[in-house]
Amino acid sequence: MQAIRTWLSPLIRARRSAPRQAGRRRRERWARRFMGALTLGTVLLVPLLAAALVVRAWPILAARPLSELLFSTDWHPLKGQFGFYPFIMGTLWVTAVAMIIAVPPSLLTAIFLAEYAPERLRAVAKPLIDLLAGIPSVVYGVWGMLTVVPAIERYIAPAVQGSLGAVPLFRSDNPTGYGVLAGGVVLAVMVFPSIIAVAEEVVRAVPDGLRDASLALGATRWQTVRNVVMRRAWPGVAAAVILGLSRALGETMAVLMVVGNMPRVPGSIFDAAYPLTALIANNYGEMMSIPLYDAALLAAALILLLIVVGFNIASRLVLIRLTPAK
Amino acid sequence: MYKPHIRIEDLKAWYGNGQALKGITADVPEHQITAIIGPSGCGKTTLLRCLNRLLEEAQATRVSGHVWLDGTDIYGPGVDVTEVRTRVGMLAPKPFPLPMSIYDNVAYGRRIHGLQRTLDKGNGRNLDRIVQHYLQAAGLWEEVKDRLHDPASGLSTGQQQRLCLARALAVEPEVLLCDEPTSALDPISAQGIEEQLLALKEGTTIVLVTHLLRQARRLADHIIFLWMGELVETGPAEQIFHSAQDERTRAYVAGNIG
Amino acid sequence: MTRRKAKIEEAVFKALMIGSTAAVLGSLALILGTVVWRGLPALNLDMVTQTPKGGYYLGKEGGILNAIVGSLYLAGGATALSLLASLPIALYLQVYAARSRWADVARLALDVLWGVPSIVYGAFGFIIMLWLGIRASLLAGIITLAILELPIMVRAMDEAIAMVPSALKEASYALGATRLETAVRVILRQTAPGLLTGVLLAFGRGIGDAASVLFTAGYTDRLPDSLLGPAASLPLAVFFQLGTPFPAVQDRAYASALVLTAIILALSLISRALAGRFARHVIR
Repeated sequence: MQAIRTWLSPLIRARRSAPRQAGRRRRERWARRFMGALTLGTVLLVPLLAAALVVRAWPILAARPLSELLFSTDWHPLKGQFGFYPFIMGTLWVTAVAMIIAVPPSLLTAIFLAEYAPERLRAVAKPLIDLLAGIPSVVYGVWGMLTVVPAIERYIAPAVQGSLGAVPLFRSDNPTGYGVLAGGVVLAVMVFPSIIAVAEEVVRAVPDGLRDASLALGATRWQTVRNVVMRRAWPGVAAAVILGLSRALGETMAVLMVVGNMPRVPGSIFDAAYPLTALIANNYGEMMSIPLYDAALLAAALILLLIVVGFNIASRLVLIRLTPAK
Repeated sequence: MYKPHIRIEDLKAWYGNGQALKGITADVPEHQITAIIGPSGCGKTTLLRCLNRLLEEAQATRVSGHVWLDGTDIYGPGVDVTEVRTRVGMLAPKPFPLPMSIYDNVAYGRRIHGLQRTLDKGNGRNLDRIVQHYLQAAGLWEEVKDRLHDPASGLSTGQQQRLCLARALAVEPEVLLCDEPTSALDPISAQGIEEQLLALKEGTTIVLVTHLLRQARRLADHIIFLWMGELVETGPAEQIFHSAQDERTRAYVAGNIG
Repeated sequence: MTRRKAKIEEAVFKALMIGSTAAVLGSLALILGTVVWRGLPALNLDMVTQTPKGGYYLGKEGGILNAIVGSLYLAGGATALSLLASLPIALYLQVYAARSRWADVARLALDVLWGVPSIVYGAFGFIIMLWLGIRASLLAGIITLAILELPIMVRAMDEAIAMVPSALKEASYALGATRLETAVRVILRQTAPGLLTGVLLAFGRGIGDAASVLFTAGYTDRLPDSLLGPAASLPLAVFFQLGTPFPAVQDRAYASALVLTAIILALSLISRALAGRFARHVIR
């Protein structure tokens, strides 16, 4: 055995020679540069997106004061009037309703999966929730049109009108089910998985020692969750909600299919609305044929981008501090 | 007297702000087994991982000083770490087979260093012979010769550790660093590894980190004794075990502390 | 007394939690059920093997093969393009830039990109089209979808690679392997199942996205034949058919939605099955 080794060694030493080593070093250097450059390019994509939108939206940003764009309710592209207010309000209404519907069950589900559910149930439920996240938005839209809209039209709106009709928020003079509530329900289901996934991870990241300390004092599981776990986890849970919020703000097709798309400020959850995303998607066809229209729509995309990126950065920064590095 | 293969000179290492090695100076004699011993947390593994520059792969670590390998400082400017690690092999405390077949695990190092080409000339079966040779050297050949192309993950822990030994040897290192190589093994596998190490020292310099005093007594020719990141005493095993100069060394080898 | 109150409170909240979980999972069942129930009756062989014939949008003969093929081309091309960039980036983040500030910044940027609404990508793709001077086409759609898929794929791969035990990387370094060699020969094999899941996840997002291809890929009743020609897509097929006033065509929209959903379900199942098969060499 030793004989073979001593016999092989000179060959090997000779082969570990400079040219081959230099080749390996060169490959290593170029790989690092190439991969680093790709990574840098991706990081620069964020400002690039914003810059491209600013450049293309500049004609309208330069021609109209920002206050007019944001707060005017006059939307008459042919007359050159571009007031985004109804659309901004449409987005806010639908998103607000969606979050009111989505947050409580999402958080309860996240806590249940993180704290109570047996491992086997988790193993089944998590992939299903991931699947919910993977369903295309047009499919959500189809579902909304087929079940949510008729349900609102036939049952929910009449029932609410009958009981709470005096409250302006619940007044219903829209005979169809298409409106803020339908958009909110569909969006709520769409943001379930994003809130649940992040919130569950944050809750699970709370160290077991804290739970044990509380349980050992005779607290119930729920008391432990409420007083100890959630106290530790709430910034992350808030971040999860904000992530869901930003997802809801940017959702396009599903909402577009069920909100009614009327360019006026909604006053009730049954009114039709016209969110920014729907505005962009519905009018891309004509945008090049009317002066300033393309700039206006890209300005709408820019507004959306800035809002969503702002929310995203804030919640990611919270999450980075809360979830342990893997 | 011995011929030093590695000279460690004023080696210091830090994890973050904590200093783990406080200026170690010691020799590792050629073709002997040098055991690094000392109570846990004294810097044994840190010192070992400085010898193939693996320490710097961990987060927030810093090393200063010199490690002369055959007269070249591996911490000198322009040194290629992959070259250092080719010459100085390593056996980790827990076996970590690479995610490939048994055969490919042993061939891995040779392939990345392009060694098989020399030996393959005119005869593609040479790599097979080399793989067989090192599996034999590690005492694993008989158990795996019929399933060389099965995933290495299917082996038992003891077999995996011998595979890791074969994998390290196949690169033909001059020095083999062993970090508590038997700590994850059952007594029979552990004895197997010890026997391989004794057989290897004829052609290879071995540095062994161990917390088992008896293992050091069985295997070591030379001892480096560390205490809280400092070198207390170093010298031939005979001298350390029987006529140590330092009080702490005597207490440690007698089993009174650590 | 307080002990009893605590017990009751626990029971109430536990019931609420179970109810919520059931509602979330129930909504999935409801969505799938609705799509199958309304889509299945209208689904037939012609739907998936024919392109639209004259008068298709009035309820006459034809199918949505144009959209199925178009979607596969769009999402396939985008996934391939995105993979070319994603894999090096994910490896870079884990192998070269591991745990550095710079990697944190890159991950934050990727997470932010993940959150950018697809309609904004659509608008961005539209701007790129104007730059390059091309019309709405397969190529423009592929580029836009590739940008949309990039953060999804990189982050999924990044997390898969992060699971590699550091001792495994060290085992390779200790044999004198460079980072590149370790990445290509060890990490790729170890993480093959996770990487594949990332690729399929991104493909699924790509094939289901409508808002970004609305601007950029156009729509045509023919099969896509050129990178510079328009390409139909399933989500838009659903959308446009729903927009017609004819119930027969709307039924086809439901059938198209069912086809799209079936593709998504199949991808999810394939990724689970393949993950097991590719795990042959994975060290645990």
